[in-house]
Amino acid sequence: MGEVVRLDEVAKVYTMGEERVEALRGVSFSVNSGEFVSIMGASGSGKSTCMNILGCLDVPTRGAYLLDGVDVGRLSQNELAEIRNRKLGFVFQGFNLLARTTARENVELPLVYGQVPAARRRTRAIEALERVGLSGREGHFPNQLSGGQQQRVAIARALVNEPAIILADEPTGNLDSKTTVEIMSIFQELNSQGITIVMVTHEPEVAAFTGRQIIFRDGLVISDTSGAPAASAAPEEVHGP
Amino acid sequence: MSTFLQSLLIAVRALRVNKMRALLTMLGIIIGIAAVIAMVAIGSGASKMISDQISSIGSNLLLVLPGSMTSGGMRSGSGGYQTLTYDDAKAIKAECPSVAEVAPSVRGGGQVVYGNQNWSTVLYGVTPEVITVRDWTVVAGRNISQSDVDGAAKNCLIGQTVADNLFGSADPIGKIIRIKKIPFTVIGLLGKKGQSPQGQDQDDVIYLPLRTAQRKLLGSQFPNTVGSIMVQAASAEVLKKAEEEVTALLNQRHRVGPSREADYTVRNLSEILAVSEQSSKVMSMLLGAVASISLVVGGIGIMNIMLVSVTERTREIGIRIAIGAKKRDILLQFLTEAVLLTTMGGIIGMLLGVAGARLVATLVGWPTLISVNTIVIAFAFSAGVGVFFGFYPARKAASLNPIEALRYE
Repeated sequence: MGEVVRLDEVAKVYTMGEERVEALRGVSFSVNSGEFVSIMGASGSGKSTCMNILGCLDVPTRGAYLLDGVDVGRLSQNELAEIRNRKLGFVFQGFNLLARTTARENVELPLVYGQVPAARRRTRAIEALERVGLSGREGHFPNQLSGGQQQRVAIARALVNEPAIILADEPTGNLDSKTTVEIMSIFQELNSQGITIVMVTHEPEVAAFTGRQIIFRDGLVISDTSGAPAASAAPEEVHGP
Repeated sequence: MSTFLQSLLIAVRALRVNKMRALLTMLGIIIGIAAVIAMVAIGSGASKMISDQISSIGSNLLLVLPGSMTSGGMRSGSGGYQTLTYDDAKAIKAECPSVAEVAPSVRGGGQVVYGNQNWSTVLYGVTPEVITVRDWTVVAGRNISQSDVDGAAKNCLIGQTVADNLFGSADPIGKIIRIKKIPFTVIGLLGKKGQSPQGQDQDDVIYLPLRTAQRKLLGSQFPNTVGSIMVQAASAEVLKKAEEEVTALLNQRHRVGPSREADYTVRNLSEILAVSEQSSKVMSMLLGAVASISLVVGGIGIMNIMLVSVTERTREIGIRIAIGAKKRDILLQFLTEAVLLTTMGGIIGMLLGVAGARLVATLVGWPTLISVNTIVIAFAFSAGVGVFFGFYPARKAASLNPIEALRYE
């Protein structure tokens, strides 16, 4: 199993006015192909920043991020957009589907920016919707679908261009417990088909569905169940809000 | 190309969501373009009407009129004396190389009778050249000949209005009419000429041989004098030269010098045309300026709504960027939307403008002239307004930070 993601001493510093905020203070871990990983931590622990970096929406201040062997930190804006388009699939807490756009068209969106011809887009979108159990709902608009169904459309959209990794940011945060189980089962099934998934959550019950849990605190990894040595936890420090 | 088509589809969809807003936003452009089209159409129609009227007098013309004379310290007004003669006209024709044709005339009025019909009209004593000089045609019968002039024949040419009033639909050629009680044979019918720039009916006229008019009808104080001489230059280029030649010749013939002021005036009719063209050009520019201001105001409306739209759709932009849209894709999407708004407004405005111009044409009776040029320019202008005023909002959309955009509520 190859390494899909490798973070090497990644740090991220935001400067807000005169204040420096160290969101990540040297995080290292790697994710192998086929893994299902959850990232946990309290708010402000740096897990969201880490997710943004994994998603190529942000670049690290220090350290290196290799995605599929490519050092992302050296890429231009346009190249990052291409990486997001071809190697990454996003699932958000708020579903983030385009309103007044059918399920199929929402799923086609990454293929539109990937310059895939229209006929090919259509068949691939229908296939992806089938994989998440939404056959027959291709023509529905988001407001005609339940929350769970909307999230399944979002998962189909993340799947559609066969990315190297799917990044899910609190994908069950807006769902009830029954639907949460439904969505997590879909993720598990996709994972069993060999798809690599990294998910941010703060619910231990949700994290329990995953094969490996990484726990963040104050911008550092304090626990990683893969058995690989996690970065040593920093001495307790009290940060202001 | 397919990216562009895709942006166009997205833009159409985005506009369909807010139809009312799109329409109101377009209104500025609609009014602007409609105003440009209608005003240019009416303006160019009006200036064509004026130049048609002016050129109906004839082209490359100088008009020589009698001037004032001083006798005993009293100065008469212009035309107070009949100082020009038929010989002056002949001399101009013979001695000025830049002159192509000369048409002297005398003018008077009188009652004309045919059968039980009668009509009061303007009588001109003329030579055959008048037809050439005035760009006129004889549509039936024949023109006055030089022998008619020399022999003071009692023949005449009549204008359309006179023919209508005396003969109705009957053929006037060869009929005898009585002009101031003297019988004349109608030898020709003049073509229709329409209004003069002063609004006079140029077809309400009878042309007589010059000598006949001088002797029999108008009873000039001085025989052989003429009321005016029309001089046609060989071309527009030599018009100025012809004016100098005519002035020099007449100064010599009338012994004009330091002690004697000129007893005639030379008017250049082309200058009237130039002045009227100038004034209609200024008018068009003013109308254009007003219309451009409304276009700019419309453009600002577009920019305003596009900025609102970018803010409203921040989350959508965030999703698109996360999914792999490049800056260029987002820029193109919003630019396309702005240009689509303005060009649609442009097309609607164009239709309204053309309809408005037609309406004015039928209601007020002004001629309107809609050229393909105007329409192409108006269309290009509306698209240009879209690009110009859509660029800033589109750039703002394209440079949104995706992380913040995705978090935007």
